[in-house]
Amino acid sequence: MFKHTLLASALVATLASGPATADAISGDKIKIGVLTDMAAVYADLSGTGSVIAAEMAVQDFGGTVLGKPIEVVSADHQNKADIAVSKAREWIDAEGVDMITDLVTSSVALAVQEVGREKNRVTMATGAASSQLTGKSCSPRGFHWAYDTFSLANGTGTAVVKNGGDSWFFITADYAFGHALEGDVSDIVKANGGTVVGAVRHPFPSSDFASFLLQAQASGAKIVGLANAGSDTINAIKQAAEFGIVEGGQNLAGLLMFVTDIHSLGLKAAKGLYMTTGWYWDLNDETRAWAARFEQKAGKKPTMIQVGTYSAVLSYLKAIEKAGTDEAGAVAETLRSMPVNDVFAKGGMVYANGRMAHDMYLAQVKTPAQSSGAWDYLNIVHTIPARQAFQDPAKSGCAVIN
Amino acid sequence: MWSSSLQRRLPRIVDMPRMTIVAGIIVLGALLVLPQFIYPVFLMKAMCFALFACAFNLLLGFTGLLSFGHAAFFGSASYISAHALKVWGFTPELAILAATLNSALLGYLFAYVAIRRQGIYFAMITLALSQMVFFAALQLPFTGGEDGIQAVPRGALFGFIDLSDNRTLYFFVLAIFLFGLFAVWRIVHSPFGQILKAIRENETRAMSLGYRVDYYKLVVFVLSATLSGLAGGTKALVVQVASLTDVTWQMSGEVVLMTLLGGMGTIFGPAVGATVVLSLQNYLSSLGSLVTIIIGVIFVVCVLAFRRGIVGELQARWPRRNQ
Repeated sequence: MFKHTLLASALVATLASGPATADAISGDKIKIGVLTDMAAVYADLSGTGSVIAAEMAVQDFGGTVLGKPIEVVSADHQNKADIAVSKAREWIDAEGVDMITDLVTSSVALAVQEVGREKNRVTMATGAASSQLTGKSCSPRGFHWAYDTFSLANGTGTAVVKNGGDSWFFITADYAFGHALEGDVSDIVKANGGTVVGAVRHPFPSSDFASFLLQAQASGAKIVGLANAGSDTINAIKQAAEFGIVEGGQNLAGLLMFVTDIHSLGLKAAKGLYMTTGWYWDLNDETRAWAARFEQKAGKKPTMIQVGTYSAVLSYLKAIEKAGTDEAGAVAETLRSMPVNDVFAKGGMVYANGRMAHDMYLAQVKTPAQSSGAWDYLNIVHTIPARQAFQDPAKSGCAVIN
Repeated sequence: MWSSSLQRRLPRIVDMPRMTIVAGIIVLGALLVLPQFIYPVFLMKAMCFALFACAFNLLLGFTGLLSFGHAAFFGSASYISAHALKVWGFTPELAILAATLNSALLGYLFAYVAIRRQGIYFAMITLALSQMVFFAALQLPFTGGEDGIQAVPRGALFGFIDLSDNRTLYFFVLAIFLFGLFAVWRIVHSPFGQILKAIRENETRAMSLGYRVDYYKLVVFVLSATLSGLAGGTKALVVQVASLTDVTWQMSGEVVLMTLLGGMGTIFGPAVGATVVLSLQNYLSSLGSLVTIIIGVIFVVCVLAFRRGIVGELQARWPRRNQ
């Protein structure tokens, strides 16, 4: 009798312990995939820098989680959603990748988030802008980390009006993204007591902004809002400098801009421009130290996307440790319950729709005289608290939480 | 030899050299077992692009017409197929059929305008028309602008064969691919195909022989557009995404590259070219910023070393013994 009980309990013990240890970490390794643009338009603001940032996060975490090694893999999606999707599927199906991050370009992030939903994997978009990731298309496994269109537009809209820029004229890219951006910011400007005196739409993509800038100049608005992105924004700012818009007393407001854009434009063209950013290297001692470490490896200062990738990877690893497993559902739950405190965000909170809310900063580009040299580009005008910077999840249209 | 006895028994249909038959059987066998070794989604994508390039080659290689707007057929088909699957709830075969018909119609419109001009003007007109399709894809509400259509369900073939498994889908895509290639092969080896080649070699002479050149050009353009649509519609099913990438002019350029790399005017060359380009894109993607440089170097080497493309060069080096 006793013998049998012993045998049975031993059996139960092996059965119970066997799968449990095997389940904790699938594939005996944590694999983090950085899927980004390595060579084209977004390579500067994400690209190799994001891979370096992810590796720094692994290093800072200690190289292992729950006693298992952590590996970072990366691939170039060339800004094509179909390449990104097949790579993501291959990573998950054949190579055991546990989490995919960076995902610059909204079409890529939206598509890969769907793959994550289907395959039960955590995706953490840091590079993509679209608020839709945590809105209409939100997923219980999808997170959006560094910034989004809402926070950039909202931050710039609110803060600029409060700082005296109460009449706006928009130069808008003529497609859904531009229209949405213009609509969002117009509402915010009006809600804060400002006025919108006019708007003009330009074809996407465009290289000649002369006629649009002339209309903006003639409108007499204090602020010319650029509801476009990428090369359109760059071209518009360059040509605005040629027209002397800033000298004429008007200010530009970029609604989707990065510090690397300022770097390539130069302060002469970009001076006086308002923009919202989720992070800047020159905020405090901690950010300066981190940026210096990053610069040693990458040869340039990090963008908010790259630091965002660092923060996302670090938070993911912390969540695995806390959850005691790498199963995506449990990790996602833990991520939602943990505050984010690292070099990127202080007191950041992850909303139920997957949006990580943190303080954003309204910045104005320095004049060449104010700047002390390379990368000294921004004056932080105003800190936008997390709750105001990001959209209230209840209004995001995310079906997961409602 | 068994293959020559096969040739005697089926003299009309299998009217091709022994080498081609043997190569064909090897390739077919390989296609059946490859998903065991290579990731099936990649193979399916490669087949879609291979079919696209072969369809394009009907125009460039066999009729001598350089269309620079083929992305319009490929891309719009992927949008139609994705929308039909996701919003209208079509079964996969109906969605692909709808996409193919859309491209056939679009091809007719393009050809109707473009074939009136030759050479560079023809190419420019097709480019202009495809840019209009790009604009429509960017602006129309159902395409999702630059975000594209995501999370396209794969659905169930004929309503009861579940395609969510990669292996099952693979054989469905393989069947479409083989059907497409057979169609290309049949078109080329028909009296109609002979006339196309006559037009390619000397359009004025073909006209003086009494052929209605414009009519032939129109028909082959529509056929090429239709097969491109078949490829595009299938691709949306495979990768479950339809995005702007497929309708940009760069895609029109990419298919020219695939065709030239593989061998313009050979039946299977473009398929080889497409596979090479896609393999480079896929397997070099972890090398980071080097991908585009390496693809560029390979293209330069090909242009310098294999003027006729990979398959074209092979055919020229090993002359056909039984012809």
